[in-house]
Amino acid sequence: MTNTCLTFRDLTLGYGSHPAIHHLDGKIRKGSLTAVVGANGSGKSTLMKGIVGVLKPMAGEVIRAPGVRAAYLPQQSELDRSFPARVVDLVSLGLWPRRGLLGRHTREDRDSVSQALMAVGLGGFEKRPIDTLSGGQLQRTLFARVLLQDADLILLDEPFNAVDAKTVGDLIALIKHWHGEERTILVVVHDLDLVRQNFPETLLLARQPIAWGETRETLKPENLLRARRFHEAWEENAPWCEPDGHAHDHDHDHHGHAHGHDHHHGAGPRAA
Amino acid sequence: MDTLYGLFIAPFADFGFMQRALIGSLMLSLGACPVGVFLMLRRMSLSGDAMAHAILPGAAAGFLLYGLEILPMTIGGLIAGVIVALGAGAVSRFTIQREDASMAAFYLISLAIGVLMVSIRGSSVDLMHVLFGTVLALNNEALTLIGGIVAVTLVSLAIFWRALVAECLDPLFLRSVSRLGSPVHFIFLGLVVLNLVGGFQALGTLLSVGLMMLPAAAARFWTVRVEPMCVLAVLIGFASCIAGLLLSYHASLPSGPAIILSAGVVYFASILFGTRGILRARIVHHRHRTA
Repeated sequence: MTNTCLTFRDLTLGYGSHPAIHHLDGKIRKGSLTAVVGANGSGKSTLMKGIVGVLKPMAGEVIRAPGVRAAYLPQQSELDRSFPARVVDLVSLGLWPRRGLLGRHTREDRDSVSQALMAVGLGGFEKRPIDTLSGGQLQRTLFARVLLQDADLILLDEPFNAVDAKTVGDLIALIKHWHGEERTILVVVHDLDLVRQNFPETLLLARQPIAWGETRETLKPENLLRARRFHEAWEENAPWCEPDGHAHDHDHDHHGHAHGHDHHHGAGPRAA
Repeated sequence: MDTLYGLFIAPFADFGFMQRALIGSLMLSLGACPVGVFLMLRRMSLSGDAMAHAILPGAAAGFLLYGLEILPMTIGGLIAGVIVALGAGAVSRFTIQREDASMAAFYLISLAIGVLMVSIRGSSVDLMHVLFGTVLALNNEALTLIGGIVAVTLVSLAIFWRALVAECLDPLFLRSVSRLGSPVHFIFLGLVVLNLVGGFQALGTLLSVGLMMLPAAAARFWTVRVEPMCVLAVLIGFASCIAGLLLSYHASLPSGPAIILSAGVVYFASILFGTRGILRARIVHHRHRTA
């Protein structure tokens, strides 16, 4: 089990009493590159928040392998673009895991900030105020910050939104580079073609996992159809989920052969 | 030369109360102006105003129990301010209500209690004193208190600077890498209360927030970085205090409003002439570079 990065144990995440992720079990292998796909409201962002710890689980838990540091690029950043900061100030926040509150930023740190900007194609943007950046440039700036965080586990929530084709290519290249460095990466993506071309593994969510495993297998038409039937709206009077109601469903198969069945918990975890 | 000396130096050289007023108000600027910059950048400018009102019942309680004494009124104000800041902050952090609404609710309740307390025993003269302060009557005890407040403020800002900037710039990011987000918010609110309390003996509860916000708001028009903005705000605060005290001395005006109005003049000048002000934006618009 030493090559497991993340373990979900009966994880339920949500808002109020309504689950957005319902009884998720499974493992994320170290060094894996996984796309998280699903309809709006299927729990993708919620899962990301749960992993990074911004949202506390309603039940179950997310277990991070010891020593794993996460970097998180949220979908809806709470970034205040009117704050008087330069690109270099924003990217330097990524030094936090290394330098913390009081550690001095050394010359090497400043160099690594420049290199990170260079890597996302924003060399020379250091002194630009952040309120003068375009949407795509800002997204790349945030990628540079993730780069600087030097994390083992990288969580990107819809990083390609409102980003032009060339930039998407650049960012994908960066993600593949991270993959080559044996970092564990989870990316929420909408574009299925992009997923098929670039992501070895996929988790298909519809509050519960519909399928989880090798991308081509996961994105089979019948799985996508089942994911599409997912009912987005909460039901105010939905029955309470009984703790024992799902226990017998845990005899997971490997590599999700049960995808086609109307099984409560669809796919099993990756055989780790 | 003599007239210049008479206008600018003599009032401070000849009168002890003017010296103490100058020292007190300059020290206040040193602490309050950087705090004001962050208050503004967090879009909490009016929260500062609300907090200033919230201090009243505490100061009034001190006044009722001990009369017109600096220390009890200060401690009372501090307690009331902290209760309101923590209460409003907690409501906004842990419920769906935003900070503006919870702050308004808490400070209005607090203000009503304060007015009630003052009216029970005080005359309107006392109320005026609490509301408007007297920078010209700062005694050594008050100066020591202000000095302590400034020291605490500057040290706290230096320690928590990076977290405070991160919390303003990208709070979700800070939460993902550190647990300092909430503590830093409350420490910051504490600094706001501390500086308002420090200012209220000099400027009164109503106007102490002016020395905090106006220099900060004016500095916003001149620079696009936080550090220079804080320095500039302090300098504007200094200039306003000196100008205000001189104005008050020569024209026999109440000193508190004179200081705040001086800052107001700088604010309007900054709107017009600042590097990010109106006039500059108009002129630059006519020309553009090729890339």
